Amino acid sequence: MTRASADRWEDGAAIQTVELTRRFGSFVAVERVSLRVRRGEVFGLLGPNGAGKTTLIRMLCGLLSPSAGSAFVAGLDVARAGEAVRRRIGYMSQRFSLYPDLTVEENLTFYGGVYGIRGKPLRTRLEEVLAELALGPFRESLARDLPLGYKQRLALGCAMLHEPPILFLDEPTSGVDPRARRSFWDLIHRKAEAGTTLVVTTHYMEEAEYCHRIAIMDSGKVIALGSPTRLKEEHGCESIQQVFLKLLRGDGGSTWQTPRSPSGESGVLGS
Amino acid sequence: MSPRASNSLFLHRPGTLQASLRRIRALAQKELYHILRDFRTLAIVILMPIVQLVMFGYALNLEIQRVDLGVLDYARTPLSRQLISWFEGSRLFRVFSMDGSAEEADRLFRLRRLQAVLVIPPRFGEEVERRGFSTVQLLVDASDPNAGTLIRDYSRRVVAGLASEKTGSQPLLDFRPTILFNPDLKSAYFFVPGIIALVLVMISALLTSITVAREREMGTLEALLATPVRPHEIVVGKVLPYAALALVDAVFVLAVGVLLYRVPLRGDPLLLLLLTAIYLATGLNLGLILSTVARTQQVAMIMAMVTTLLPTLLLSGLIFPIASMPGWLQALSYLVPARYYLLIVRGILLKGSAWAHLVQPSLVLLGMSLLLLAVSARRFRTTLEV
Ligand SMILES: Nc1ncnc2c1ncn2[C@@H]1O[C@H](COP(=O)(O)OP(=O)(O)O)[C@@H](O)[C@H]1O
Ligand SMILES: [Mg+2]
Repeated sequence: MTRASADRWEDGAAIQTVELTRRFGSFVAVERVSLRVRRGEVFGLLGPNGAGKTTLIRMLCGLLSPSAGSAFVAGLDVARAGEAVRRRIGYMSQRFSLYPDLTVEENLTFYGGVYGIRGKPLRTRLEEVLAELALGPFRESLARDLPLGYKQRLALGCAMLHEPPILFLDEPTSGVDPRARRSFWDLIHRKAEAGTTLVVTTHYMEEAEYCHRIAIMDSGKVIALGSPTRLKEEHGCESIQQVFLKLLRGDGGSTWQTPRSPSGESGVLGS
Repeated sequence: MSPRASNSLFLHRPGTLQASLRRIRALAQKELYHILRDFRTLAIVILMPIVQLVMFGYALNLEIQRVDLGVLDYARTPLSRQLISWFEGSRLFRVFSMDGSAEEADRLFRLRRLQAVLVIPPRFGEEVERRGFSTVQLLVDASDPNAGTLIRDYSRRVVAGLASEKTGSQPLLDFRPTILFNPDLKSAYFFVPGIIALVLVMISALLTSITVAREREMGTLEALLATPVRPHEIVVGKVLPYAALALVDAVFVLAVGVLLYRVPLRGDPLLLLLLTAIYLATGLNLGLILSTVARTQQVAMIMAMVTTLLPTLLLSGLIFPIASMPGWLQALSYLVPARYYLLIVRGILLKGSAWAHLVQPSLVLLGMSLLLLAVSARRFRTTLEV
């Protein structure tokens, strides 16, 4: 750990990126993103499909190496201390990432084992997580048989079983009904109150209101950063949706409505 | 549950060997669930090698059990007729006598109606009486070199048998080739070990080739790579359960070879199993490497088939004798694990070879599988960006 990164951890930053950039060939997916996420914060990453949210998160988890710039997570340089970083984070990917032929309990047990938790501590922790996520009734069900909302809960459970101080949740609420989304955000807030730092991406704009601070991304760049209230004030808008639209008009010709990457998802950034 | 409390969950230091073994155990156990829950695949995995062995075995057996032999007898002496009756008496040949025309023989050859033609020259009997020996010509269709070799060798024995009968105990000309370990020229003896080698490397490469590709397809690989699991732990954790499965397959296949094809098991079965495990490891580790290259399960399976089936079939000495290959192919054959395993499995089954005879091929196989394992662990590290 370098002295600089240690300092960043001490002064309350859970995550810090410096000019973080990722190119795929000549295409720039993430362009010079500099961010700071405080400890215990719920930090939202908003933007249309193809904005670069997932690519940014993957770099923070050490799954993708940056083309330029650097990232510090939990005070550690991701490029240099990838494994130590991975022990301190939980990652819920935007794709369905459970083993469909394993039960809820087996999925959780597997992730416990991968993080080196076994025996009594594992059993205790398993019960805690099942209770916290209201997954108890499903513990013997195969993951493939769960309703979508509960699949996402299980994915969160797998990511947080080892009690990481930092959680990355990539579109955790996409595709589920508003009530399930609401209760998922309740879970997120309970984690934050317990001291966990959360980075959450979403393309549902009203969800911006659940975040302490948000970064709005488009075409790989962060185009707005701050608390939802401040962003609305700054731009004189009623809602984050309006902030988006205003930013876009200023930008001239970006494409919120027609995402750059075909995703098959409807209602991208629609309210 | 504060973040600080989390440290209490880590009852061990994550960098230790013990921690590493725990992660491997978790991975292996999960893989075992996949195997046991997927009954269809499990059934295929267990039955396929046996079916393959039986099918290949019979196909290859039929081919050389009946050799259609045309006979052009220009001599028409008692001795030539005796020679022909010797061929008729052997179970390998079905003899067709032909009248006179060499063109007819040539035509039937090309039509593949005959696999061999015996030409007895006009002065055959006369020469034997006068000089004590004579020449007969045998034309062999060697487009299947093994069948060709077999026919040639068997014919020599027939001719030699005749010669020895003529002179009492002393053969005039001993044509007899030195056929060791398989004196009956039973094809099963020769082919069953080869098919065992083929089937085992194919199934083991197939097993592991799809595992990583499947995780990539399911999206679980990304989640897995975001954990502290190390590349070599994934590799080992995945190989172990499949190694057990492949070993079960190996026992079945060897049992079928011994019980159904009556291939003798002259050596130590435990030694055979141990060395078979090393051979399986080359296939399993090769499959893992392919798995890191292939993006989908389909592609992975095709790659596993291509990289195991063809080299093993063509370059290991299973069908074509290595000695009769062009030099560059002989050089290539050194890279095919089955080349070494054939020495081992034929040695233990047919010759009763002991460890001392098999050290060299065993060490080569061991080196190969360790190298492949290292490559796959390395490929995990460098190429598994999602
Ligand atoms: N592995 C990759 N290779 C090439 N292009 C990629 C790759 N991953 C992402 N991209 C491209 O980078 C852009 C950003 O993608 P992503 O980070 O997934 O956006 P978001 O998560 O905001 O929808 C997209 O245009 C996508 O097509
Ligand atoms: Mg995304």
